[in-house]
Amino acid sequence: MPHRSKIELLRFTTCGSVDDGKSTLIGRLLLDTRNILADQYDSLKATSDQRGLSEVDLSLLTDGLRAEREQGITIDVAYRFFSTNKRKFIIADTPGHIQYTRNMVTGASTANLALILIDARKGILEQTCRHAFIASLLRIPHIVVCINKMDLVDYDKAAYEKIVEEFGMFASRLDVQDVQFIPISAKYGDNVVMRSEKMKWYEGSTLMFHLENVHISGDLNHIDCRLPVQTTIRPRTDEYHDYRSIAGQISGGVFRKGDSVMVLPSGYKTKIKSIDTADGELEEAYAPMSIAMRLEDEFDIGRGDMIVRENNVPQIGQDLEMMVCWLNERALSPGNKYVIRHTTKESTCVIRDVRYKIDINTLRRNENDKVFIMNDIGRILIRTAQPLFYDSYRRNRNTGSIILIDEFTNETVGAGMII
Amino acid sequence: MFSYNLDHLKALESESIYILREVASLCERPVLLFSGGKDSIVASHLAKKAFFPAKIPFPFLHIDTGHNFPETIEFRDRWVKSMGVNLLIRSVQTSIDTGRVTEEKGLFASRNLLQTTTLLDAIKEFRFDAAIGGARRDEEKARAKERFFSHRDEFGQWDPKNQRPELWNLFNARKGPGQHFRIFPLSNWTELDIWKYIHQEKIEIPAIYYSHSRKVIERNGQFLALADFIPLAPNEIVEEKIVRFRTIGDMTCTGAIESPAASIEEIIAEIIAATTTERGTRHDDLRSESAMEDRKRQGYF
Repeated sequence: MPHRSKIELLRFTTCGSVDDGKSTLIGRLLLDTRNILADQYDSLKATSDQRGLSEVDLSLLTDGLRAEREQGITIDVAYRFFSTNKRKFIIADTPGHIQYTRNMVTGASTANLALILIDARKGILEQTCRHAFIASLLRIPHIVVCINKMDLVDYDKAAYEKIVEEFGMFASRLDVQDVQFIPISAKYGDNVVMRSEKMKWYEGSTLMFHLENVHISGDLNHIDCRLPVQTTIRPRTDEYHDYRSIAGQISGGVFRKGDSVMVLPSGYKTKIKSIDTADGELEEAYAPMSIAMRLEDEFDIGRGDMIVRENNVPQIGQDLEMMVCWLNERALSPGNKYVIRHTTKESTCVIRDVRYKIDINTLRRNENDKVFIMNDIGRILIRTAQPLFYDSYRRNRNTGSIILIDEFTNETVGAGMII
Repeated sequence: MFSYNLDHLKALESESIYILREVASLCERPVLLFSGGKDSIVASHLAKKAFFPAKIPFPFLHIDTGHNFPETIEFRDRWVKSMGVNLLIRSVQTSIDTGRVTEEKGLFASRNLLQTTTLLDAIKEFRFDAAIGGARRDEEKARAKERFFSHRDEFGQWDPKNQRPELWNLFNARKGPGQHFRIFPLSNWTELDIWKYIHQEKIEIPAIYYSHSRKVIERNGQFLALADFIPLAPNEIVEEKIVRFRTIGDMTCTGAIESPAASIEEIIAEIIAATTTERGTRHDDLRSESAMEDRKRQGYF
């Protein structure tokens, strides 16, 4: 066995409401991996005692704002961190109630994995469907369905299998890729970090084993070469008098020194002279590396341009179909104009049509309602003032995503996934 | 097949460099808030890497409380010189002298809160539209809710319940007149990530992070360094201890821990085995359950 020195980063999202055991599960993961420390625990215990709670309320750990603690609800996305010898985990912990759909979408946008909790006594609820739909819409590559509170159904195999089957029926209507089911008891720790002694019938892995080993190197696109230009680096010093490089974070593909590339929108063709970092030159670079690239020829290249391979170009256009999640109190209607941000490019766009809105609990489409209010999800057609260089969100989450900004309030009002 | 997957420190580094380049592109007058602590040292190291081989395209700003450790100030001047950037200093003492703020009195007096006024005045004076800080989400529960691009209104205030959603890596840096952003490129780093990165990159840090002998007084179960501006209670005794600092803030509110850790490796081992968080040594955070949220709302770092 090779020595494992490389710790990978895995981002996952959890969503849930007060009583489905989400906080207990996160607390359990942090406690059993020694990621909650004594002073944090003491502070939680003191607050719990003061409120007359019989047990330490682990949700106090994630509910960081005064309003959240006062109301006993999670309002905003909270980020939690823990690590093991194999991976560092970033949890985007989001509220599960329908009025916080926008926060679920935010948490899901950067996640490799979604953790969906189901209460073994209650089975599939409306909320479960909502979470699964958002995970599929945001194309989170891996889904783990934890069937929790197995202790309350006597660790019964049949109860577990019934829920697995029900979820499978629902998920068949969604576009989900990798789904794992794990029967757990967050309260007693069964199959969370330790294998359950009470569910010998379960032959799969524990949640922690799965989180540590799920294959994530395929989550990013390493096929289609895309480098959105962030800025150009020109030192103008004696030592680097003629130095000029194109800086950015690679959105997809693998770039190698000497490769033929093309610059969009100009269409100029050239070769990669070098891939530079402060630590020295690289032979190759891939997503999500931040690099600087020198090209053989000098062109006028700036922010918003994109470096691609000549034989693999993104779509170029101004009319885009997309799924959108509305994030703001000011409603979206056809004809509205917004600032659009896509990769490193900013432009203006107009909403040309609302194709349909989707009921995220039933997945039914409504083609007659043309106005999006906060938390609505549906399909729209927009036209941009300048052409965008894009891929479908399905193919590349980086080059297929956009945000809409209200030009009057400057707020981020919409999140779009290009079809 | 070779696996195209970055290790976690490289992934965090890339994310931070991306953010620093975004700030430089999207904002007109950014500034990096530099305290001489490990987090702002790492933030400035990342800024250097982001624009290499060009110089960092923004100045540094130190809000000087006048209660710093002398070792921090000595380090600050040396570090800034090696970076080749312009260091701006605005002092809390000036804010006191000009009547902008009134100094706290008594045994537990701290200039921690007063810094906010000095900071907001400096942002206004230099017309900065983005102030880059080294705060991390794992430090404190109000910080766990922070955005990378965190909007501040014309009073410099943070409205935590009404923050802009931040999706994918698409940042919204649009704002109205007089408003600004706080930028937190280290949001996703933990204390341990910072130390591992300092080790990996061989970054120099102030000597007081390492074990040393120091005259201290015990107060509220913590060791405070002896300084002219820290008044002693009648029953307090000065002792000599082998200590180091896990975080560096003002001398008035940063507690030392007893530790023999004299190298980065030993510090990392100590943190892995630690049973308390680093903010546990900070009196400023221990004032109340929502001490940090309240200060941040007003415009604190």
